[in-house]
Amino acid sequence: MTTQVKKPASSNLMGVLVKIWAWIRKIPPVYPIFLVVAFGVSQLNPNFATPNGIMAFIRRAAPLVILAMGQLFVLASGGFDLSQGSVVTLTIIGSSLIIYNNDEYTYLAIAIMFGIGIVVGLVNGFVVAYLKVPSLIATLGMLLLVKGGGLYWTGGAPKGYLSEAYRFIGRGYIENVPLIGRFPMSGVVLLVVAAILIILFHKTNLGKQILAIGDNSQAARLSGVKVRQVRMIAFIISATCSIIAGILVGGYGGSSITAGEGMELQSVSAAVIGGVVLLGGKGSVYDAAFGALTLEAMVSLLNLLGLPKPYRDAVQGLIIIGAVAYSELRTRKHE
Amino acid sequence: MSTGTITEMSENRTKNNILKKIPQVYYFLVIVTVVGLLLDQFFANGNILSNPSILRNIIIRSVSLGIVAVGQTFVMIGASIDLSVAYLISLTAVLTSLIVQGDPARVPMTIAIVLLIGAFVGLINGLVITKLNVNAFIATLGTGLIIKGILNGTFSSGSLGSVPKSFQALGYNSLGPVPYSIILLAAVLLIGWFILSWTKFGAHLYGVGGNILVARLSGLRTSRVLILAHVISSITAVTAGLFIVSRLGSGNPTVGPDGIYDLESVATTVIGGTALSGGRGGVFGTLAGVLIFGVIDTVFNQLGVDTFLKTVLRGAIIILAVASYSVRSTREAA
Repeated sequence: MTTQVKKPASSNLMGVLVKIWAWIRKIPPVYPIFLVVAFGVSQLNPNFATPNGIMAFIRRAAPLVILAMGQLFVLASGGFDLSQGSVVTLTIIGSSLIIYNNDEYTYLAIAIMFGIGIVVGLVNGFVVAYLKVPSLIATLGMLLLVKGGGLYWTGGAPKGYLSEAYRFIGRGYIENVPLIGRFPMSGVVLLVVAAILIILFHKTNLGKQILAIGDNSQAARLSGVKVRQVRMIAFIISATCSIIAGILVGGYGGSSITAGEGMELQSVSAAVIGGVVLLGGKGSVYDAAFGALTLEAMVSLLNLLGLPKPYRDAVQGLIIIGAVAYSELRTRKHE
Repeated sequence: MSTGTITEMSENRTKNNILKKIPQVYYFLVIVTVVGLLLDQFFANGNILSNPSILRNIIIRSVSLGIVAVGQTFVMIGASIDLSVAYLISLTAVLTSLIVQGDPARVPMTIAIVLLIGAFVGLINGLVITKLNVNAFIATLGTGLIIKGILNGTFSSGSLGSVPKSFQALGYNSLGPVPYSIILLAAVLLIGWFILSWTKFGAHLYGVGGNILVARLSGLRTSRVLILAHVISSITAVTAGLFIVSRLGSGNPTVGPDGIYDLESVATTVIGGTALSGGRGGVFGTLAGVLIFGVIDTVFNQLGVDTFLKTVLRGAIIILAVASYSVRSTREAA
């Protein structure tokens, strides 16, 4: 204060630049990558950068973003949830079977599916936390259980149909919104889910406990974390997100028995692209969400570039390997 | 130093009585078989015991999964995982039938080519995991996706090319009473067992899987060990692909993912007592895991269980089988 010495302006500027540089380096690479990809898409497709284009993108990306945010809770605790995709499919075919020809069953169907989802998450969590089955195996078994159960329930083909009210959630728009014109209903769902998950993960103890378990479950237990309960909660959150994503996917794409196939691996990939570390200990809801947005934007980009559909798998494979390799390189440098 | 501990370990192993050496999973296999036979006696025609061809079919059906699972056992002992096997199987099946074009003279060349491709895929997997430090789950998921993309982008779906009759002998003919396919599975198992139990590489692999830091500090080239394990896994996937194409007569890009070879080989390996966290396990445990699947499939077929219900029961059995011994472990699972 009294000993303040006036530094030469140049070194002051350098100090600021160094600070800015340090701050830039802390930004997870997914954000600049997302901007670059989004810029690329908007160059190739002028429609993309219009309000309508952005809203359509949000509508399409919402389910994967929700899945990735749910997957984050399990990934950060050191596990995997491979049952997500099958729960998405179950939600769709289950709902259409319940609704059948009675539109007034729409909310009943949604309530029942939430019930089933919570049971699935509970069982996943129980098997991992209490029976000590590795989550990769536990949720793989659950994948088969849910997939087979869903198909058995509906007789192997989608039965019934999804009511208009149900489909509105996934594909409808709220019209006449000031400033932006219209806003997708799935975007509203996405914002609500994201807000809840961000509060749970970043503003309450739950997030810290999950990260602590993922980092070192022994240490977490010894410092008083109820490891088993927390694990179960993580799986329940992931399953609940799968149900919500299922409702959106069903609304957007209609009833099909393959709608959710492979989505569990997509959500893991999305989280990983966002910088979430597998086997736990590091990650944030924002990273997972932006990873999913980036993955969806990349798919749009590859689409616009005219790459045949099958090659998109190959590019996605390269992207997820590259993303993890890059983040490994970064963390090693920092240490 | 490492050789010292290895000889100690093998001495301990011989001292243990024979019962303790049987992997736990065999008790589970016996239970499943007995329950299956009882169900078959009471609720179906009881053909499993009276008709030897059914028993033989259990094994034949287990051959392709068994071969892949042996490779999966290697990488999982090294605390790694290989999710690229399903698409590698498809790639092998398609390439084999396209290159060989029904010409018996081309068979040796074709086998050499696909084995080389397999070794290359394993090498890439291993390099990405060890040199780029990418988590094995993501690395092999990624290479699997790349193979899938190339496969679906290059070849149309449906059956492609054909293999000569002489090559189909591998899938259908037998040496005396023993089908070639069973001989193939036995050979892969014995080679796998020999490598794991009697070679330096095998001992190193257990070391790397048990604690990679300790292994590195005691002077092991851990990267090389893991890369070789991945090459072995890919080669077993190619072998399984060759066997499948010899059964089917022509290649089809969907044979790998249709058989869920990636996740099922992981599941059978874990059921067989190989820890996902590495360092423990062996091929004979894995064999029991594969046979459990085979027995269950056969019993369900005998009972005429609905296909979808079969999937449900399969999922439940995977969970229960692993839970039956993981529940007693003191270690946390994640």
